[in-house]
Amino acid sequence: MATDPSASIALRVNGKDVEGRAEARTLLVDFLRDTLRLTGTHIGCDTSQCGACVVHLDGVAVKSCTVLAVQAAGREVRTIEGLADADGSLHPMQEAFRQHHGLQCGFCTPGMVMTAIELAQSAEPLTPEHVREGLEGNICRCTGYHNIVQAVLAGAAAMRQ
Amino acid sequence: MAANSHGKTNGSTRWVGTRPVRPDGVDKVTGRARFGADVHLPNMLVGKVLRSPHAHARIHSIDTSAALALPGVKTVVTRDDFNDLPSEFVPAGEMLINYRDVVRNVMAREKALFEGHPVAAVAAVSEKVAREALARIKVDYEVLPHVLDVVEAMAPEAPLLHEDLITAGVEPAPTTPSNVAKVVEFKLGDVEAGFAEADIVIEREFSTQPVHQGYIEPHACIANYSEDGQAELWCTTQGHFVVRGHCAKLLGMDVSKLRVTASEIGGGFGGKTVVYLEPVALMLSRKSGQPVKMTMSREEVFQASGPAAGTRVWAKVGMTNAGRITAGEAVLKYQAGAFQGSPVQPGCMCAFAPYDLAHVKVVGYDVVVNRPKVAAYRAPGAPQSEFAVESIIDELAKRIGMDPVELRLKNAAKEGTKAAYGPTFGPVGLVETLEEAKAHDHYRTPLKPGQGRGVASGFWFNIGGETCATLNLGEDGTIALVAGTPDIGGSRASLCLQAAETLGVDVERIRPLIGDTSTLGYTFLTGGSRTAFASGMAVIEAARDMIRQLCERAAKIWDIPVDAVEWIDGEARPAGSNAGEFEPLSLADLARLAGKSGGPFVGRAQINAQGAGPSFGTHIVDVDVDRETGRVTIERYTVIQDAGKAVHPSYVEGQLQGGAVQGIGWALNEEYIYDDKGRLQNPGFLDYRIPVCSDVPMIDTVIVEVPNPTHPYGVRGVGETPIVPPMAAIANAVEGALGLRFTDLPMSPPRVLKALGDARVPKAA
Repeated sequence: MATDPSASIALRVNGKDVEGRAEARTLLVDFLRDTLRLTGTHIGCDTSQCGACVVHLDGVAVKSCTVLAVQAAGREVRTIEGLADADGSLHPMQEAFRQHHGLQCGFCTPGMVMTAIELAQSAEPLTPEHVREGLEGNICRCTGYHNIVQAVLAGAAAMRQ
Repeated sequence: MAANSHGKTNGSTRWVGTRPVRPDGVDKVTGRARFGADVHLPNMLVGKVLRSPHAHARIHSIDTSAALALPGVKTVVTRDDFNDLPSEFVPAGEMLINYRDVVRNVMAREKALFEGHPVAAVAAVSEKVAREALARIKVDYEVLPHVLDVVEAMAPEAPLLHEDLITAGVEPAPTTPSNVAKVVEFKLGDVEAGFAEADIVIEREFSTQPVHQGYIEPHACIANYSEDGQAELWCTTQGHFVVRGHCAKLLGMDVSKLRVTASEIGGGFGGKTVVYLEPVALMLSRKSGQPVKMTMSREEVFQASGPAAGTRVWAKVGMTNAGRITAGEAVLKYQAGAFQGSPVQPGCMCAFAPYDLAHVKVVGYDVVVNRPKVAAYRAPGAPQSEFAVESIIDELAKRIGMDPVELRLKNAAKEGTKAAYGPTFGPVGLVETLEEAKAHDHYRTPLKPGQGRGVASGFWFNIGGETCATLNLGEDGTIALVAGTPDIGGSRASLCLQAAETLGVDVERIRPLIGDTSTLGYTFLTGGSRTAFASGMAVIEAARDMIRQLCERAAKIWDIPVDAVEWIDGEARPAGSNAGEFEPLSLADLARLAGKSGGPFVGRAQINAQGAGPSFGTHIVDVDVDRETGRVTIERYTVIQDAGKAVHPSYVEGQLQGGAVQGIGWALNEEYIYDDKGRLQNPGFLDYRIPVCSDVPMIDTVIVEVPNPTHPYGVRGVGETPIVPPMAAIANAVEGALGLRFTDLPMSPPRVLKALGDARVPKAA
């Protein structure tokens, strides 16, 4: 093939400095999954509706399919793999989803958890209405959202403690 | 008291019915769980599919030379790579498929039959190169007239999809081909006599649109074909044994040479019971000699994977003024998509199943149209026909001023009812769900002004089938449970609980996993609400097998006859004082002594599970309709269903909630929109609107337990039935709010607004 159109980018992912090659067109989600092999961030659609790919970019929840990898250069990314403590204890929101059966198949879960953490930090106290509106960009087809709402409320309460 | 030596319960249970934290929870909240697209292999290529832009076109030629000439392209696959297969019907979930059609659905042969139909596929070093290669493939199409509507497709002048399709089920057999693949009929009694007894007869015509299962994980797989003709396939599927069978057939392989591993599955709902990418990926890998990964985009999922059938249903119900239903009749026309095999038969069988009727007649038509081949979607075929019948039941209740729950109770199917489709019901729980509905706070709470309340009931058979399970006892007394049914809604938890109950050990000591196709005997797929029931039966059988071995070992160690040993609360004990004085040997004791006393313990079962228990549910819904925008808001929703026995009630509730919300989407928003060339206009979640979190309220659930007598703990299976009642329940509620009956789905804002406008405009004089 002709010239390699990719360039090296450096960023911080889950507290570690990483480097990898990405083309100008490469989406952050593809960079995370294919280059860094962080496959906990999922792809469920082509049009930024499903929210399965939500990560935190400098602490803000973003759909990583709407961000180019090069835009993340020099910035801090946190994915679902980076939430648990080094000692293995789960983030309170992860624990809440697990305890409250806030998932069935689990495919939307990483994006749900990442969105929910930001949501929990953004409003106080969190009401069921906040949760329902705040999760509009994350689609779940299994649960009917009932247990997800319960999990987010419980996770938010645990985060405040 | 947990189990005696046969592993049967004496009524109370220690594990079944409890709510431990899920065994797969940590992996799924940490991103560790590996789904279909989450595996990378060395030297892996990317496979992409070229799809027909036309709804119906003859394919004269396919020129792949320019694609193959592109650097980075390793191989191309077309129809020429797959051998044609003769007509042979095989089960796919609750539906049937024909291999002659499967090979054509996977890769178009003579014609492209729907927009999105695969025409060729490439394997290349990157997705970018693969896409460039697809653009270089030249296909010579002769565009043909197409047909999308089921009624139009049945007309004599309709464009023919298959020039050799002769309608089955008609005597004498037609001599000319048509788009009607099959006609089925179910009869009980004499409907004419039944309608003659009626004081009121209501007949209506209904329509439903195709709706997609909408699993969030798109189809994905990785195939790795080796030089010696063996292959491995990793894929997201509801049934890897079924995938193995289909792929082996299409590639001309021995099934033993193809090892299929089911990944974690990101939703399926019936849609992942068939093959799309898998045979293509295997063929690309065979030809390139490298592993090939394929994933569908969401657009491809909508264009080319199976939705539920769009339908036209005519139904007629007769009733006396006292509220006794005298007869039911229906004609069902179901879209099969491009190949025959719509779920019209189960649709016919379910239509009147909730009622104890003497006279029933249902005729069904399986009709091919230029749309993607339909696939199972939760209770395939039932929601469409029961929507029609449950809407008319509501209208009949209003006509005589009877409470709709009361009318259903008066006519409900119960133990001893002969169903129109043949069997006589054993113990079933419809009456119990109706009684619960009547007593429920939801049903007794007065409506707010402008709101409407609707109820509807629903039925699904539930199935059993071929199932294997293995329990491997580790040397420390913990157990690996191996099942063959991919865990789509929490079945691993349910299987562990059933094993723990039977063995009398702590559920935490059992670690479940889904074995690949080479580690376990043939196991039919996850579908038909069969997993908790059938894999449950297999696990119970495997546990009993292990208990037999454990008791034999204890007898050997104690040197007493085996029938002098009993298994109670997870340990072998001498059966009474005559057996001798011995300290009990626990599962852990026996595991530790296994090597020295005769070898390891493996409990096995291979069964064909029979006696699945039918499942009934009743839903209550309150709606508010915005008369300015036409938007229907679900204000309150309650699902009541007979689970037989809820092994893990949280998962059962999850099934009821999830099914109901899918039904809400079906009722209110979801539909496929095509242009006049037969091209799908809304292949994405923006324009195909499935419910989001703010669209729905909390979904209350009530689990009724009328045990299924053929399962040791009474399990029926719960996944399918909750999608059956919502459409009629919501239509009945909207009628209550507006006084307008909707017979066409979805009741989307434009349609509701139009209906409100039409109602306001006085009829022309």
